Amino acid sequence: MSQSAKQPNRLAAGGCVDRNHTLNFTFNGQAYTGHPGDTLASALLANGVDLVNRSFKYSRPRGIVAAGSEEPNAVVQLGASEAAQVPNVRATQQALYEGLVAHSTNGWPDVQKDLMGWIGKLGAPFMPPGFYYKTFMAPASMWMTYEKYIRKTAGLGRSPTETDPDIYDHMSQHCDVLVIGAGPAGLAAALASARAGARVILADEQEAMGGSLLDSRECLDDRPAGQWIADALAELERLENVTLLPRTTANGYHDHNFVTLHERRTEHLADSAPSIEGRRQPRSRLHRVRAGQVVLATGAHERPLVYANNDVPGNLLAGAVSTYIRRYGVIPGRRLVLTTSNDHAYRAALDWLDAGHDVVAIADARETPDGELVEQARARGIRIIPGSAVIEASGSKRVTGARIARIDREAFKVIGPVETLDCDTIASSGGYSPVIHLASHTGARPSWNETILGFVPNTVKGVAAAGGARGIYPLADVLADGADAGAKAAASQGFEAVFETTALPRVPAIREGEACALYQVPHEKTTLRAPKQFVDLQNDVTAAAIELATREGFESIEHVKRYTAMGFGTDQGKLGNINGMAIAARCLGRSIPEVGTTVFRPNYTPVTFGAVVGRHCRELFDPERYTAMHQWHVEQGAEFEDVGQWKRPWYYPRHVNGRLESMHEAVVRECRAVRERVGILDASTLGKIDIQGPDAREFLGRVYTNKWAKLAPGRVRYGLMCKDDGMVMDDGTTSCLGENHFLMTTTSGGAAAVLEWLEMWHQTEWPELDVYFTSVTDHWATMTVTGPEARKPLAEITDIDLDRESFKFMDWREGNVADVPARVFRISFTGELAFEINVQANYAMHVWKTLFEHGDKYGLTPYGTETMHVLRAEKGFIIAGQDTDGSVTPEDLGMYWAIGYDKPFPWIGKRALSRSDTRRTDRKQLVGLRPADPAVVLQEGAQIVFDPQQAIPMTMVGHVTSSYYSPTLESGFALAVVKGGHQRLGETVYLPMADGTIHEAEIVGTQFVDPEGERQNV
Amino acid sequence: MFYIYCPYCEEHREEEEFHPKGQAHLARPEDPDACSDEEWGDYLFFRNNPRGIHHEMWVHALGCRKFFNITRHTVTYEILETYKMGEQPTITAETEASRPAATASSTDDRVSTETKGAQGVQA
Ligand SMILES: [Zn+2]
Repeated sequence: MSQSAKQPNRLAAGGCVDRNHTLNFTFNGQAYTGHPGDTLASALLANGVDLVNRSFKYSRPRGIVAAGSEEPNAVVQLGASEAAQVPNVRATQQALYEGLVAHSTNGWPDVQKDLMGWIGKLGAPFMPPGFYYKTFMAPASMWMTYEKYIRKTAGLGRSPTETDPDIYDHMSQHCDVLVIGAGPAGLAAALASARAGARVILADEQEAMGGSLLDSRECLDDRPAGQWIADALAELERLENVTLLPRTTANGYHDHNFVTLHERRTEHLADSAPSIEGRRQPRSRLHRVRAGQVVLATGAHERPLVYANNDVPGNLLAGAVSTYIRRYGVIPGRRLVLTTSNDHAYRAALDWLDAGHDVVAIADARETPDGELVEQARARGIRIIPGSAVIEASGSKRVTGARIARIDREAFKVIGPVETLDCDTIASSGGYSPVIHLASHTGARPSWNETILGFVPNTVKGVAAAGGARGIYPLADVLADGADAGAKAAASQGFEAVFETTALPRVPAIREGEACALYQVPHEKTTLRAPKQFVDLQNDVTAAAIELATREGFESIEHVKRYTAMGFGTDQGKLGNINGMAIAARCLGRSIPEVGTTVFRPNYTPVTFGAVVGRHCRELFDPERYTAMHQWHVEQGAEFEDVGQWKRPWYYPRHVNGRLESMHEAVVRECRAVRERVGILDASTLGKIDIQGPDAREFLGRVYTNKWAKLAPGRVRYGLMCKDDGMVMDDGTTSCLGENHFLMTTTSGGAAAVLEWLEMWHQTEWPELDVYFTSVTDHWATMTVTGPEARKPLAEITDIDLDRESFKFMDWREGNVADVPARVFRISFTGELAFEINVQANYAMHVWKTLFEHGDKYGLTPYGTETMHVLRAEKGFIIAGQDTDGSVTPEDLGMYWAIGYDKPFPWIGKRALSRSDTRRTDRKQLVGLRPADPAVVLQEGAQIVFDPQQAIPMTMVGHVTSSYYSPTLESGFALAVVKGGHQRLGETVYLPMADGTIHEAEIVGTQFVDPEGERQNV
Repeated sequence: MFYIYCPYCEEHREEEEFHPKGQAHLARPEDPDACSDEEWGDYLFFRNNPRGIHHEMWVHALGCRKFFNITRHTVTYEILETYKMGEQPTITAETEASRPAATASSTDDRVSTETKGAQGVQA
């Protein structure tokens, strides 16, 4: 057969590529061509590109090894533009498209002439196993430098620095049966389930469905495998209860049959998703599938043999050789040597011969290979060398020869003379490992099966493996097992499935000889002295490294893995882990299962952040909650603060003399407005819970620390809420609306948690109480009008009598405000006269604007949360969650007046106040701090010490919880918790800062402004 | 992510709708003042951490807002039953000990996998 001049390794015929169309692509800046149907890997091999990367640690040249998701070397950086950069793409899984641009992720700055090579050549002893721990842990300060350097050279790829233009979808799906893998087992399972009527999702990670049948030499019903695949897919496509998801990787199995499927919608078409009729298509979809039953038909990965220099480009898996020849029409070399422990791998040699090239020899580790495929190879004149293996590959950037010798597997040594054969390709096969990754995600540990020489999966309820995924390899058996699993899965979901063997295609049985156990191949030299024998190609872990780890006392495979970094690459050691365990077992004189099992974790292959995030980004990252007056705040140029999901006005900077105020300037102006005239705050975000029922009052008495028995309708009371450990969890005012009707307010961030808290106590401890809770946070908008002149603007628009004698402090009244039904509460969080106006949220903007129409002449000034904080802190009013942190009792806050010690029911938190820990006199207690220098605003969170001369580490006795500049005091001031603080008024404390300055402050009371509380009664 | 059967809604719903509330069947002492510090500390802070059957309280926070209990296997995470507040579990560590383990099924006995049926058995 002749080869295309442009693609020297492309066969003239065969494979599923479309030779009539040519696709242009570049790799490391070099232009190449391929065909539709190619993967990037098959196109690179067709072009004779041997070198695709440099290795992680030794910077050795590396080539393509596999043809699927297990590929450790050909991991590339994809993308023509900066915004389209995608790291960690396996060339073997990337379909070729016109204009594809790819680079090696490793081998900076150039795979051919690598600067890092000096480490590989000179520095091998410089990087022994455990090098992370031994070399890079000390000095710790150098880690950042090392880490940057290692990342750059380690082939971990890089993120785009520009915004991703693509969109990604998440979809939630339910199905009766989820079949993962569309090889022979998966197709048979899907057919059996679907024919029974079950809703089936069939997902497969490859470009085309069919799995191992895509390059099979076998016939089904006397026809090529491809025709059976086409028929099976056509039937599944016709069925409405079936969803086929090609290019879809099942990345993680999570609890209760929740499986995440990553469907790549457009990755095979272009760098960035194309638009259809002006609408950009989603680049990928993450399907969140809840399946009744899961069938794992994930097949098996071939294991390479571990021999010296087995990483030189030209060393491939035997199965990959078959795949490239039969599926892509690509011959990865000219002269092949096959080294194998089993019959199955003989297909590579037969395929190679069929492609018209030389098979130099087959080194078979078994003494008397005799299966059908062996017979075929013999009959076609291939030289078979029994009892032997390739012990070493020759060559550096490409295989130039294979050194073959007789070996004694039991004694682990070479027992005959070494023969060197000229070749450019070595295909190896050490058997097959069921792909147990997803089964492993279930948490069930796999079991070693001595017959198939591999781990077979155990699973949890609702999950079953089928075919190769559980170590069943002959095609006829795989089909039958898949059909059986599919039928049973459907039956478990209540579908009558009839499993008929007659429905299965006829497959002639192939007699296979028994495989032998071979992982690492012995060398003439000891493992430590022989040329490198690679186990984990991606992380550059050698057999010698594992042997060294066992000598250094690491016996568990989990420890060996961490010490050597085996299996810690982006491929999770798909090819190397079992070989590594076998080597550890040999060194320790144990069996493989005694050394341990392998654990795999999600994700099966790397998933881009775009797919993980889906639409949950930018404005949809987290829901935003707006108050009814939000638009007004926006129009006034307010800066906003996030409080939970709420957007609250933080401050309202104004243009003064042509310049926008700073935050400090705005807050000073807003504070003065409230203290001197009148301000208004949008307080709608306060949590509001409507509580009704004959036992509502009793319930309040149990969940609040203070008394509620005598609160009359029309009155309001401040309430403090603790957990049963005695620590403050929330606070707010509660108003008595009627004998059996109360309105509770909570902190803005605590509303949902408090409602759940009330429900929990009611439903679990006191179901006998007749009481009901309803969240009304969003139904009522709240505006606080406060300041010495607060009465004036409100009086102009309400029919409520605002007289200070009839409408007292801590009263509430019902009436109209701006012609809208309203509840007005005379409560104060600023220390000034204040009216909190509650109206239905949809009237709120009208009321707010009417207040300004009447308030302008009084200087009505909107203020934000920052000013609110300054004003409340000046009065010593706490913010639960800021001045408390789950370790602060009401007594620590000095709020004895809010504790009903003699209430009849043992209210929540009461008992805890008499525990030995809460009785300590050196508890951190809330105090005020007045900095010695009034210009200083202490840092919130700053630690407090009594003795600034003490050597570091100093004894820390508390910290600042709230700190602001007070325009009223013309000084900084703070709230803080200090050990025994209540007994230390007047004492001086110190706050050492990271930059070496030490601030001095005096412990004072918590009420900085109007301690007598007269201003709220004007 | 769990798939939880709410005994009040009588439907399976995604875990996102629920909040876990810790160990179930913790009764608040009738007379806290009669408890020693140690007894009160046990009630407040000490919880079971069994390998196997665990009874835990959940709330259908984004659904019916009802609290209920779950019997869950802490190794397989299988939810063996859910039941209403005030009811007792039918599956306990004691009842499980008296029958053969049915936690993890190997692929060699696909039959047993099948007979155990769908996810999330409910009470
Ligand atoms: Zn519910």
